[in-house]
Amino acid sequence: MSQLKLVDVTKRFGDVIAVDKLNLDVEKGECFSFLGPSGCGKTTTLRMIAGFEDLDEGELSVDGKVISSSFKKYYLPPEQRDFGMVFQAFAVWPHLTVRDNVAFPLQIRRRPKQEIAERVKMALQSTGLTHREENYPGKLSGGEQQRIALARAIAINPKVMLLDEPLSNLDAKLREEMRFEIKDLQKKFGFTIIYVTHDQAEAMALSDRMLVMDHGVVQQVGKPLDIYNKPANKFVFSFIGLSNFIPVDISEGKATIKGAAGVASQAAPADAGLRTLMACRPSDIDFFERDGGADPHAVEATVARRTYLGDIIDYKLVAGESELRVQKPRREKGPLEGERCRIRFNRTLWYSAE
Amino acid sequence: MTFGKKFNTANLVLVFSILVLVIVVAVPVILIFITAFFENGKFNLAGVMKVLSDPDTYQALLNSVIIATGTTLLSTTIGTFFAWLVARTDLPFKKTMKALFLVPFMLPSFIGALAWKVLLSSRAGYINKLLMAMFGLENAPIDIMSLGGIIAIESMYLFPFVFLQVAGALERMDPTLEESARISGAGLGTITRRITLPLVMPSILAGALLVALYSLSHFGVPSILGTEKGIYNIPTKIYERIYASGGSFGAIRVGTILSMILVIAAALILKLQDVLLKKGQYQIIAGKSMRPMVLKLRGLKVPLLIISIIYICITVVLPTVTIFLVGGLKTYGLTFELKNMTWNNYLKIFQWKMTKDAIWNSIYLSLGAAFVTMLAGTMISYVIVKMKVRGKFLLQFLGVLPFSLPGTVIALGVILTWSGKFGVNLYNTPWIIFVAYIARYMAFSIKSNSASLSQVSDSLEEASRACGATHWQSLKNIVIPLIKPGMISAFFLIFLPALRELTTSVLLYGPTTRTIGVAIYALNEDGETVRAAALASIALIIIFVGETIIRKFLARLDQPRAKVQE
Repeated sequence: MSQLKLVDVTKRFGDVIAVDKLNLDVEKGECFSFLGPSGCGKTTTLRMIAGFEDLDEGELSVDGKVISSSFKKYYLPPEQRDFGMVFQAFAVWPHLTVRDNVAFPLQIRRRPKQEIAERVKMALQSTGLTHREENYPGKLSGGEQQRIALARAIAINPKVMLLDEPLSNLDAKLREEMRFEIKDLQKKFGFTIIYVTHDQAEAMALSDRMLVMDHGVVQQVGKPLDIYNKPANKFVFSFIGLSNFIPVDISEGKATIKGAAGVASQAAPADAGLRTLMACRPSDIDFFERDGGADPHAVEATVARRTYLGDIIDYKLVAGESELRVQKPRREKGPLEGERCRIRFNRTLWYSAE
Repeated sequence: MTFGKKFNTANLVLVFSILVLVIVVAVPVILIFITAFFENGKFNLAGVMKVLSDPDTYQALLNSVIIATGTTLLSTTIGTFFAWLVARTDLPFKKTMKALFLVPFMLPSFIGALAWKVLLSSRAGYINKLLMAMFGLENAPIDIMSLGGIIAIESMYLFPFVFLQVAGALERMDPTLEESARISGAGLGTITRRITLPLVMPSILAGALLVALYSLSHFGVPSILGTEKGIYNIPTKIYERIYASGGSFGAIRVGTILSMILVIAAALILKLQDVLLKKGQYQIIAGKSMRPMVLKLRGLKVPLLIISIIYICITVVLPTVTIFLVGGLKTYGLTFELKNMTWNNYLKIFQWKMTKDAIWNSIYLSLGAAFVTMLAGTMISYVIVKMKVRGKFLLQFLGVLPFSLPGTVIALGVILTWSGKFGVNLYNTPWIIFVAYIARYMAFSIKSNSASLSQVSDSLEEASRACGATHWQSLKNIVIPLIKPGMISAFFLIFLPALRELTTSVLLYGPTTRTIGVAIYALNEDGETVRAAALASIALIIIFVGETIIRKFLARLDQPRAKVQE
């Protein structure tokens, strides 16, 4: 059953359309991400769901009950929405102890003392903060502060949890760790997550479904793997992971790179126009053995730069007039810098070059 | 760095810094201490106790405490309220209102006090007379020349200290701190009480302590509103004793003992502020700029705007207009009718030797002191921020010490140091005021210069040395151009307050070395209210024009400011 419903949600700041006619259904218990570059409207959307921003157009409802509506000029104040929310800058109150931070939403709701104590204990346990309950947040690390914010948000056992780039102020290692903790908390408590991030890996790892946004417009909605494998457009392709866009000439289904010997693809769409881009991930380009057979698909290229990135090797190749980026595992034998090589493109996608 | 050579730049700067701070700050302070506690070379606590238990000085002490407490409470309330109004509500014309609330800073408080004396003294106050006529009263309803009056007038001109601190904290506070309380279910009242107020409390207290520090050692307002009625606080009592005895050593000694109380009180206040800031200063500043939560005033919008405007009219417009009008009266006490007004008073200010001298003295003394203090402060800051020398903390301590020394105390120290004791007698010359200004404003210069120096990364200077430049060349070509804005703002931070200085110069002036502040004060003392007001009007014009030009200038300076942070 759809729990959170957005209908034609639109928000303008002056002349700028921050969010343009967004329609969305989020299922109960789902982890749903908004992904996009900064300024794409994802945070604005989240703030509208939370109730901090009014809608210029559209309607928002939770469990069939309208909470924001531009038509009825009705906006349930944020404090009455019973959501949990975690902010990028943690927003834990420095003048209250960890326990008082987590107890705050329960105290506001005038729950009995006994219940507050139990729920705080449960929230602190779930986030691994039990030993910190008497501390003030200022003395704790960034990771611990963000755990306080999480504990505070789950204390009231909310149906919907809103997370606004909650991990982007943490270092890389901690970020990865916390992803799984958030996922575990969701499994344990069963709340629905709306997760805003600009980090595609984070969105991939966490989400059941996600939405890619740019300039206030939805580009694609779907499961992470579908979005990765079948990007709806050039923007989505380039935003999700590394990408090569190679200008090609197509004739009779055969794509060739200008100035480079060999055929890049024999499965080019026949109806593609003259100005066509072939898109390919750096990991989807394979090297041929230097003495390999005469594959008609192979394209000739030169290695302009070869860089070790730890587990993988990053190549910059020049093929005719195009530059390509290729990434291969370290143990896979590849050509050296300055050498000529032959490459083959797996999984290609086709976009028109505007 | 080559410390082997005797006269390299680094050593020169170091020696110069120590010399300046010792002569200008350390010697006067030590002399005050010695004079207060030693008599004829012997430690004499009984003498100190005798002065303190004298009912006369005890009363002054008590008054100082009452005035400072009252002023602090009142300014904090007013300052916090208006700061909240400007930072957190949808009050119309917020930007303009914010600028207007800072105008009382421009108005020297003793000129304000003069205006209020004209308006609300029980004997001849214009408003009192008006009220008596309107309601047929026999006695004046308000007497501004009282403890309550002094508190009210000081608060009027000191509340911006609190206003600035609190408005800044409220505006820069991370809005998600309050948003997360809202999403937790709290309403606006609860958020204000449990989240916002506790978070800005350190700023409120910091502002309050500044007011207390300032009010405790404030001379201008109590001297104009209190002295005539026999109400003294410590600074006015010191002045009265020294003045009454014609500058005798006995009176100066009593002065130093009273000064010690001011110094100790100031030290306690600053210590308290330090503790509070360390304990309570939360990291509440937002990383990215976001609009803070704003309360919709709805029906209260217009009434609150009107109250704010009335407040500004009463504190700024009314006294300013009064001063200008009184300055144009033929004789004090006449009504403000056109037939009673004349331009002559204003013209005479520029003809009469005493006032002409005063304007000239103030201008060249403050320009000179600002320039010298700026340069010396730059060097001292350089030693403090950039050089690795032992005993640096002592320089730092001496550098900021004058900040906690009331103007009266500095004047006493300067008198003790420069009255021939060390072979140099500057008494009755402008130089003694010059030296006092340097001592008084050194802390301003060091603060401003240190701030901009600490933003210049060490590597910039090192890069210059690596390119082959000498230490002096690196300073001249790299460091000084980068900190120029800090130096210039130090200059104005000194020039503007020095221009209207009263507390220190009133103890140091001689027959030909009156400053503007002293001249206004003396004219008022002599009952020459009209002339005092005329000179005050001209002082206000000079201050206003100066502030405007400088603000424009600084704004232009700020724009192309190079990014030199790490």
